[in-house]
Amino acid sequence: MTETPDTAHGTRNARAPHRTPDARGHGPDGSGTGLDARLVVERGAFRLDVALTAAPGEVVALLGPNGAGKTTALRALAGLTPLSGGHLRLDGTALERMPPESRPVGVVFQDYLLFPHLTALDNVAFGPRCHGATKASAREQAADWLGRLGLADHAGAKPRRLSGGQAQRVALARALATRPRLLLLDEPLAALDARTRLEVRSQLRRHLADFEAVAVLVTHDPLDAMVLADRLVVVEDGRIVQEGAPSDVARRPRTDYIAQLVGLNLYRGEADGHTVRLDDGPSLTTAEALSGPVFVAFPPSAVTLHRDRPAGTSARNLWHCEIAGLETHGDQIRADLSGELRLAADLTTVAAAELDLRPGAEVWATVKATQTHAYPV
Amino acid sequence: MTELDVGAATGPPKGGPRRVRTRGGPGVPLPLLLPALIGLAFLIVPLVALLVRAPWRSMPELLTSAEVWQALRLSLVCATAATAVSLVIGVPLAWLLARVEFPGRGLVRALVTLPLVLPPVVGGVALLMALGRNGIIGKSLDDWFGITLPFTTTGVVIAEAFVAMPFLVISVEGTLRAADPRFEEAAATLGASRFTAFRRVTLPLIAPGIAAGAVLAWARALGEFGATITFAGNFPGRTQTMPLAVYLALQSDPEAAIALSLVLLAVSIAVLAGLRDRWMTAG
Repeated sequence: MTETPDTAHGTRNARAPHRTPDARGHGPDGSGTGLDARLVVERGAFRLDVALTAAPGEVVALLGPNGAGKTTALRALAGLTPLSGGHLRLDGTALERMPPESRPVGVVFQDYLLFPHLTALDNVAFGPRCHGATKASAREQAADWLGRLGLADHAGAKPRRLSGGQAQRVALARALATRPRLLLLDEPLAALDARTRLEVRSQLRRHLADFEAVAVLVTHDPLDAMVLADRLVVVEDGRIVQEGAPSDVARRPRTDYIAQLVGLNLYRGEADGHTVRLDDGPSLTTAEALSGPVFVAFPPSAVTLHRDRPAGTSARNLWHCEIAGLETHGDQIRADLSGELRLAADLTTVAAAELDLRPGAEVWATVKATQTHAYPV
Repeated sequence: MTELDVGAATGPPKGGPRRVRTRGGPGVPLPLLLPALIGLAFLIVPLVALLVRAPWRSMPELLTSAEVWQALRLSLVCATAATAVSLVIGVPLAWLLARVEFPGRGLVRALVTLPLVLPPVVGGVALLMALGRNGIIGKSLDDWFGITLPFTTTGVVIAEAFVAMPFLVISVEGTLRAADPRFEEAAATLGASRFTAFRRVTLPLIAPGIAAGAVLAWARALGEFGATITFAGNFPGRTQTMPLAVYLALQSDPEAAIALSLVLLAVSIAVLAGLRDRWMTAG
């Protein structure tokens, strides 16, 4: 309920710079501010076990496929799903035994869950009312929040008369109006159509940047995660498989799921200098010289296809493949190749026509070593 | 005019099926259509007969008599009071059944619905055993506080509530189950206690279901006979409600009984119309 963030991070900029994940366990400055959690939830055969830390001002995205346990993690943070184990501390206070209504946590639900019988204003005033504000004061605060989110004109509207983007902002205002120390957003953009999404995404980014406490958002959309978050935590099957800055995760994916999300061909193998012997296939020549187990990634656009075996090419990565499938991908054609190496290749429609590509056709694929990226496992 | 309706309802078996078939859609087989029409007639003919035999000419006189007014007023007051009682204790009970998991919930739900299928007379006897002067609770009430419930107007309300409340509980519980419990979760994340969430979020959301349940309960209470006469007796002005008055009148003054019945029929139709309206707006 305080107007200003507490002094521990009062001097920091509103949007904290990216912090490396090894700061876990304490706040980044060791003072116990921010989020420090290990969430264990067991439900039948499914087990969620993720460690999450975040500094005030940081936006963390939980990214993962459906059923990975992202929403369960979010519900556990909010207190809506009980923890089977682990701990949950926010600004040094243990929350794990606190009921949801006592936690300084705000939630923007996937389908917003705006109370249909209340106006936008009363939806936003609901939280302050529950926190003991008088009716007049609660409505004043609510009007202020709606104004900040550009919704002053819609204060009197019932939720069903709001557009998707407006409803999303009302839900955000409602969550922020209780001045939470932890803001949770469950697939904040999933319910929006493509055009609204673009606009709302950039607005949301601005509002999250202004938010001085910890924000955790759940999404299965890599773009949402990359645009909105300072740090990505990729969850698969209840466990964290990778975390780091968005650019880092995008450049150095560690699982097929992430590689597919960010549109990279990803292989795992044993490096010896510039050569990487893949676990399940041929060797690859890379720009980096490494040794030991490594990942190698390259974008589909780095792949060149030839009808006949190219003579005198400088590319040393040359594989004989078969077209397994073709689909349009924006203004490009994406070819799925099988054979010596499974890979995806992007080429222009013209090139595809000239090569006379069709499923089952045999092609030669080349990738320049300089366009690959190898990094240790 | 009414006889024509009866004719159309029972319908000549030869013309009926053909007409239905020509309306488009698949044909209705005679072995189904015939019993269906008989069933329809079975339900409608008695009501039509009531209208046919109604002493329309002496109606104003019959309906303005002090006794009828007394019984009607008592009926309306008691049914409304019984509905109010059902709301106050029935809605929380419905919430408990719908939202709280506790051991033996299925058994509790079965017990709640029991008065629905229990013969009302049995309900009346059971109430006497509980709240009668020698009942397990009634004895103490009488000894300690001097409160006597049977054969009083309060007793009528109790008997009616006992029979009518299950309708409300079942209806409200169904609405609660259909309502999205995540609204309550959203309220909790905003700092609302469970009771606040119920009062400010759930209650407004399920209001249509509560209204429908209340109307059902009210209609059931209005027509209640068996439990009332057993537990509260039949004292004009005090416990003699409309159904009791109808039954009594039938033995001495059949015309009056018909007139009283028509009043109850009119009230029932009004309730049905009101319910349909509720359901339409709720849907």
